[in-house]
Amino acid sequence: MIAELGHFALVLALVVAFLQGTLPLWGAARRQAPLVELAPAAALLQFTLVTLAFLALLNAHLASDFSLAIVYQNSHSTKPLLYKFSGVWGNHEGSLVLWVWILALFGAAVALFGRNLPRPFKARVLAVQGLIGLGFLAFSLFTSNPFARLDPAPLDGLGLNPILQDPGLAFHPPMLYLGYVGFSTAYSFAMAALIEGRVDASWARWVRPWTLAAWMALTLGIALGSWWAYYTLGWGGFWFWDPVENASFMPWLAGTALLHSAIVVEKRDTLKSWTILLAILTFSLALLGTFLVRSGVLTSVHAFATDPSRGVFVLALLGIAVGGSLALYAWRAPALQGGGAFAPISREGALLLNNLLLATATATVLLGTLYPLLLDGLGGPKISVGPPFFNATFLPLMVPLLVALPAGSMIAWKRGDLSGVLSRLGLAAAGTVAVLLAAALLADTRSTLGLMGFAAGAWVLLGSLNELAVRAGFFQVPPARAWRRLKGLPRSAFSMSLAHMGLGVLILGITATATGQTERILAMRPGETVTLAGYEVTLASVEQVQGPNYVARSGTFAVQRDGAPVTTVRSEKRFFPVESMPVTKPGIHSTLLRDLYFVLGDPNSEGAWAVRLYHNPLVFWMWGGAGLMGLAGLVSLTDRRLRVGAPVPARGSRAAAA
Amino acid sequence: MGLRKRQRMIVVVLALALVGAAAALVLTAMQDKIAFFVSPADIASGTVERGRDFRLGGLVVEGSIERASDGSVAFTLTDGAGDVRVLYAGILPDLFREGQGIVAQGRLEEDGRFLAREVLAKHDETYMPPEVADALKRSGHWQEGAEKLR
Repeated sequence: MIAELGHFALVLALVVAFLQGTLPLWGAARRQAPLVELAPAAALLQFTLVTLAFLALLNAHLASDFSLAIVYQNSHSTKPLLYKFSGVWGNHEGSLVLWVWILALFGAAVALFGRNLPRPFKARVLAVQGLIGLGFLAFSLFTSNPFARLDPAPLDGLGLNPILQDPGLAFHPPMLYLGYVGFSTAYSFAMAALIEGRVDASWARWVRPWTLAAWMALTLGIALGSWWAYYTLGWGGFWFWDPVENASFMPWLAGTALLHSAIVVEKRDTLKSWTILLAILTFSLALLGTFLVRSGVLTSVHAFATDPSRGVFVLALLGIAVGGSLALYAWRAPALQGGGAFAPISREGALLLNNLLLATATATVLLGTLYPLLLDGLGGPKISVGPPFFNATFLPLMVPLLVALPAGSMIAWKRGDLSGVLSRLGLAAAGTVAVLLAAALLADTRSTLGLMGFAAGAWVLLGSLNELAVRAGFFQVPPARAWRRLKGLPRSAFSMSLAHMGLGVLILGITATATGQTERILAMRPGETVTLAGYEVTLASVEQVQGPNYVARSGTFAVQRDGAPVTTVRSEKRFFPVESMPVTKPGIHSTLLRDLYFVLGDPNSEGAWAVRLYHNPLVFWMWGGAGLMGLAGLVSLTDRRLRVGAPVPARGSRAAAA
Repeated sequence: MGLRKRQRMIVVVLALALVGAAAALVLTAMQDKIAFFVSPADIASGTVERGRDFRLGGLVVEGSIERASDGSVAFTLTDGAGDVRVLYAGILPDLFREGQGIVAQGRLEEDGRFLAREVLAKHDETYMPPEVADALKRSGHWQEGAEKLR
């Protein structure tokens, strides 16, 4: 009964989405206030209805109601409670409900927090948001009904793919979807602006917090996914240039470009039509990601279903959303008047360079991701495009971006003085040279790529610190005064430096892990000791253990350094009888400086166990860097001046700050 | 030339230069950085180039798995029309088992054995990599319902 109510709520949400997507557009065009006022109410109603549907689905999972097809197919009575909860979106139908729910959440948030938006504009934004919701609710209801019943109801379920039985499932998909779907607001704002034919600084100010929130969530979502892959797949790797990863990385790259170009629109009233195009492309890439992952054209742990009708439906949605928006863009964008002119050496020029490089990089990733599919579709040879391709195309494009970043973030608007900026970056340059020398002397491998990575990471990190110091005036005024000035800087200034520092840290972490990893693959007997990067690793024992819904072979490794015990690490190979599937759990001991990462494999005929031992230096900082970037987004969101509801700062606090 | 026009010229030139550079990078990478998919039959026919990366897909032959004392593994892949001995120094994926369709990425050695850097067996026990299914269809060993092959 509850499931039927959920189904009914989803159908009602479809109807509301239809009304939300049509009437306010009509009302805004005809200046009919009641229809315009309908939009926020409809957005809130849609959110309520999808929430009800989501709760009904959650209830079915928690109660293990196996009369529901997706619960039967993806759950089991012995499954731990956490995975009954996160298992709601651990399947195609449920993940689509989560998608739609987050879409409705953003719609409701715009309705609630967009109080300072002009009414007709807000109505148009929400209408576009409603149309997107209409498409995906129809997708859910007509091809992937989450509430489909089974009759007679089976006694127990088939269980959830054990790879997904991990706390990562509770965080990675919602966070990623917040990012993917969050870019729908940027898209809706862009469409509304195109309909009105007007883009100005205030448009950029309205759209920026939404883009920022989506970007922040996507950054963290990708980092969480990468971390999950790292601790779960047992290869000691963190990024594989897998098409599914690329599907999330492309909107991130485009979204990063969008964040930067929106600043130019806000501050200088130029690059308008480019920014609108980026907003459209970013969400289009997010939709493309949804298509790639959900249609079954890619085989991956993310592709739950390979029902061709679903692929065709998402492709049609993608075609309408991308084609429609680009057509509207082609029609209306020429009317957008460019604003202030600028010299090539200027902040605008630097941000434009950032945009061009990011857009080109996105294009190479897109090409590498789609080329094998296109070739296959056209009957050509089957090929695989993997890390070597992306390392040879994507990385070279990042070099000029990273080299230009510190100077670009310091250069003046309109017409900049490059030599002046460079002279103020002397400290960062000296630090970078020091890091480069240290890396060349200390690092085990002296690959050119590795050294370039260390130099780029150090340059970006130190350059951002240097920028902050210069802005506070540490090289001109007494330190105490500079410190006070630093504390008085707006949060958006901090967030920029913090995000760039995070990027630098991320690059250092990736480079250190990629070039400094020590790997040993060997067969060990219980009691045997081997050395790994200065540690003595002993396979202490291998025993059978019983988990809640699995049995495992658990290997205990004792780690010593110079005879002193460091830690013990357990790696398990779990077997899930319900799903009849084994899963490896690596044993990891993390510190800020390194991870010890051990994997227990299969026994050989002589009673020894295949093991993989890794020493991954500085790998923590890879996630740490991504975390800093996410934090930077949060800091920027709390900046009063950028808050959606507060365009005009309170007079008192402003005066105090000045 | 007006400032705005010059500004536009610079952007266009820069964009063209970047697109050109990216196209050059992509085309070079397409030459030697992509891996073609081959079947054991292709190797048996001797048409496969040595010393470059490719992907090999097939079914793991029953009873062919040998684990050496150094932790490396050897097994035979077949598509019914040819057999290839694969060497792999590493831990096999969880879903690797006899009769399963898998994909190995690596190089062909001079002695005709395949040295794998990576072995992929994905996601669930009934999954058949599409490339493997295709190779089996071509060699006439495909039966509807891939599980029956085991």
